[in-house]
Amino acid sequence: MQTLRFGHTAKRRLPGKKDIAIIGVVASGNLEVLLERVLPEAACEVDIATPLSGYDETWKAVVAEFVERSSPGGLRISINDGGARPDTVYLRLMQGSAVMEAE
Amino acid sequence: MADWQSEQRARDGRLAAGSKFAAGKMVAPNDTTALLEAVIRPKDRICLEGDNQKQADFLAACLAKADPKVLHDLHVVQSGIVLPEHIDLFEKGIAKKLDFSYSGPQSHALPRVLRSGKVELGAIHTYIELFARYFVDLTPHVALTVARSADLAGNLYMGPNTEDSPAVIEATAFKGGIVVAQVNEVVDKLPRVDIPGDRVDFVVVAPKPFYVEPLFTRDPASITEIQILAAMMAIKGIYAEYGITRLNHGIGFNTAAIELLLPTYAEKLGLKGKIATHWALNPHPTLIPAIESGWVKQIHSFGSEVGMDAYMRARSDIYFTGRDGSMSSSRMYCQLAGLYATDLFIGSTLQIDLNGNSSTVTADRIAGFGGAPNMGSDAHGRRHPSEPWLKAGREAVDGRPQLMRGRKLVVQLVESFSEKMVPVFVEKLDSLELAEKFKLDLAPVMIYGDDVTHIVSEEGIANLLLCRTAEEREQAIRGIAGFTDVGRRRDRKMVEKLRERKIIRRPEDLGINPLDAHRSMLAARSIEDLMHWSGNLYDPPNKFRNW
Amino acid sequence: MEGAATSGQASWFQATARQRVAGLLDPNSFTEFLGPSERVQSPHLHLFDLPSAFDDGVVIGRGKLDGEDVLVAAQEGQFMGGTFGEVSGAKIVGLLRAARDHEHLPRTLLLLLDSGGVRLQEANAGELAVAELMRAIVEARCGGVAVIALVGGKSGAFGGAGLTAATCSRIVVSGQGRIAVSGPEVIETNEGVEEFDAEDKALVWSTDGGKNRRLIGGADAFAEDSMEGFRAAVQALMAKVPAFDLQTMQAEQERLAARQKRFGACDDAVSMWRILGIKEPKAIRDMDSKDFAALANSIKEANHDAR
Repeated sequence: MQTLRFGHTAKRRLPGKKDIAIIGVVASGNLEVLLERVLPEAACEVDIATPLSGYDETWKAVVAEFVERSSPGGLRISINDGGARPDTVYLRLMQGSAVMEAE
Repeated sequence: MADWQSEQRARDGRLAAGSKFAAGKMVAPNDTTALLEAVIRPKDRICLEGDNQKQADFLAACLAKADPKVLHDLHVVQSGIVLPEHIDLFEKGIAKKLDFSYSGPQSHALPRVLRSGKVELGAIHTYIELFARYFVDLTPHVALTVARSADLAGNLYMGPNTEDSPAVIEATAFKGGIVVAQVNEVVDKLPRVDIPGDRVDFVVVAPKPFYVEPLFTRDPASITEIQILAAMMAIKGIYAEYGITRLNHGIGFNTAAIELLLPTYAEKLGLKGKIATHWALNPHPTLIPAIESGWVKQIHSFGSEVGMDAYMRARSDIYFTGRDGSMSSSRMYCQLAGLYATDLFIGSTLQIDLNGNSSTVTADRIAGFGGAPNMGSDAHGRRHPSEPWLKAGREAVDGRPQLMRGRKLVVQLVESFSEKMVPVFVEKLDSLELAEKFKLDLAPVMIYGDDVTHIVSEEGIANLLLCRTAEEREQAIRGIAGFTDVGRRRDRKMVEKLRERKIIRRPEDLGINPLDAHRSMLAARSIEDLMHWSGNLYDPPNKFRNW
Repeated sequence: MEGAATSGQASWFQATARQRVAGLLDPNSFTEFLGPSERVQSPHLHLFDLPSAFDDGVVIGRGKLDGEDVLVAAQEGQFMGGTFGEVSGAKIVGLLRAARDHEHLPRTLLLLLDSGGVRLQEANAGELAVAELMRAIVEARCGGVAVIALVGGKSGAFGGAGLTAATCSRIVVSGQGRIAVSGPEVIETNEGVEEFDAEDKALVWSTDGGKNRRLIGGADAFAEDSMEGFRAAVQALMAKVPAFDLQTMQAEQERLAARQKRFGACDDAVSMWRILGIKEPKAIRDMDSKDFAALANSIKEANHDAR
């Protein structure tokens, strides 16, 4: 198993009332994303556990794009990856931050 | 004295040899191999039907049992290399030369037998190219066909699985060839005559009904949110935009998603009656909800689909139907329909390069072409105008030239990565490596980039018609190539400019929120739902019945 | 988006465990125990280079169904086939034991089974968990807890999950659901494809599927494949769970013996249905849920308290 961690400072703290959300399922081609509003200010941390190696650059790009698009400041995001494609990862992250942003 | 009737005499000789094993036209199953050894000669061109659907499986098995000392160096000229027996013919030295079109199920075995030196490959064709050559330089000496039933005069009934047979049999029968048919049963009176008996020489009742693979059934339960998103963009950004009423869908989950969004998403957009009314399409079960909801005027089909017989019979207003009430398909005519009478083809593929060339070839797999290259091409011989065709033609040129032509929309609908994390968008097609490995004259390309008008991925739509330089084209493709290496190497500034010119459109540009793409939008979410939509007329094959 | 997946008409079969819990219970009534943020995960899977889940594929907690307090355990069939492992098994066993030991906890426990059985990578722990679970269910039932199994997911209730279902007070099953012990592939491998073709889905479902189980007494209610379908079926059953005592056990033994005698010579489901007096057994397969549920309610063998 490979673990990756990316730390970012988002443009703003993510609005919304929810403190925790979980999206997706650990299945082949899918992933589970746990979002917790536990970090200070606009800090954002993404922790990934994945069975596939060699995709570090792709993960980096997906996470960077997600942080850019959705500004998830204050969230610690933990991922259990079942070998999902990057576009699926991106979708789950966006679904997750949408749930956290909900009033 | 010149002999101008030698073919007739040769044919008479073969018939005489074969008649030893027949009572009239009827041949017993146990005599079939002997019959084939009697009517086929070494070096003959033979066609064993079918392509990717119905198969003359009993005749294939009998031919594979022939003595290679009697039958050898045969030239196989058939659209499908599908059954293991088709490969056996080469392994055993019964067949030597090969001209074909599609080899999906044997796509791994074929390279193996090619490498062994037992196959002399003529060329890989599209379906209608091969049928066309039946009338010029590849006429079969013997055609081994398959039908549901025959009568004693040799008339054949195929029902919805008419498919390639008329073209194959006509070429063979009218050039002195021999036609042998395997059937499920012999009856006194056929429901209708699909092949007249005077084109058929021998009939054998096979021990088991011929097998048909359900190739055009896609379980809605497997359609993903990302496929739904791409389908939404295709509907709003292309079908609605160009007013596509006449179209052809390649088979796949991506296109199945479009079919299942018509009664829901497209209905909400007010598009009923304005798009997707006239189809060149196999009987996809996933189109049932749209048909039942009144979207469809008519469908002509290349072949049939397992489980759809009763539904089509009850919907004869929609499908092409014989006087007997059952559907009649034609690969040849439907391919022509797709070429000249539709304004859009949309399908999926395994690889796309920076010019938009696409291929389903991987380095160790030869699947052939099937019909896609013809469906996915701009037919230059077309002359009658239509709105979408003219609009696309105008987009492809600057200004308003006096002499203009339209363009058929050829759309590649893909996800940036395919199933096993393999990128669809690549710098160089694997096809080039395959061509080198097997010394092919042409690297197999399914659809050439200059025929492609649009590419749709989950990231957006690239309109290649509006591109004016190779560089614009390349960046337009990179701009929708998602997180693949190809996509990550995009020139961000240029991509933004292309977006301003609407060469690239993202979901937001079309007013689509990607998070709205949800499985609840599908008119049917399971095979059982499709069955219910059809009033239980659709009878799903066993492999899909999980209830 | 999430709303659509948990709405009344959303498919139970295609839903995740969490979506089922949300769709089954009254809105906002669910409190999860040992939730994902506590990260009680499998200690073993990483050794096999397999990803783990924050909840090890089981969601447990309490909530309300139509105002009634219930405990809930839901297996995630899409994660490792919903299998019993050290943690996933312990979560369910723990919930049952808590119900057994603490009378102030809800007296109804809903067991959303979706499992192929024991997780091979954690086989011993999984087997133990199944054994402990069956005992805990029996003990809880003795203490007056109603344990209702809901079966309708992709993994079915096979192996240890099938055995578990059989120890429950009541069983709800949908057409897509399956209850059995040996998996179809195992039967085919051991007995040959002529005996049982695992690829023939129609055959598998006619044998192990919800409709057959309901008709021959292996399930007490038939649910439509939807959140609302399961909710309604559970509600109806919750109202009248039979007592659990020696009499019940003896009645069950008699019922099973009689069933064995009656159907023992049959080699497919359709012949069993014919014996039950069903006029058109072949029509059962595609009969809609409502009509089927009504038909099943009229069959004597299907409706009993002996479980």
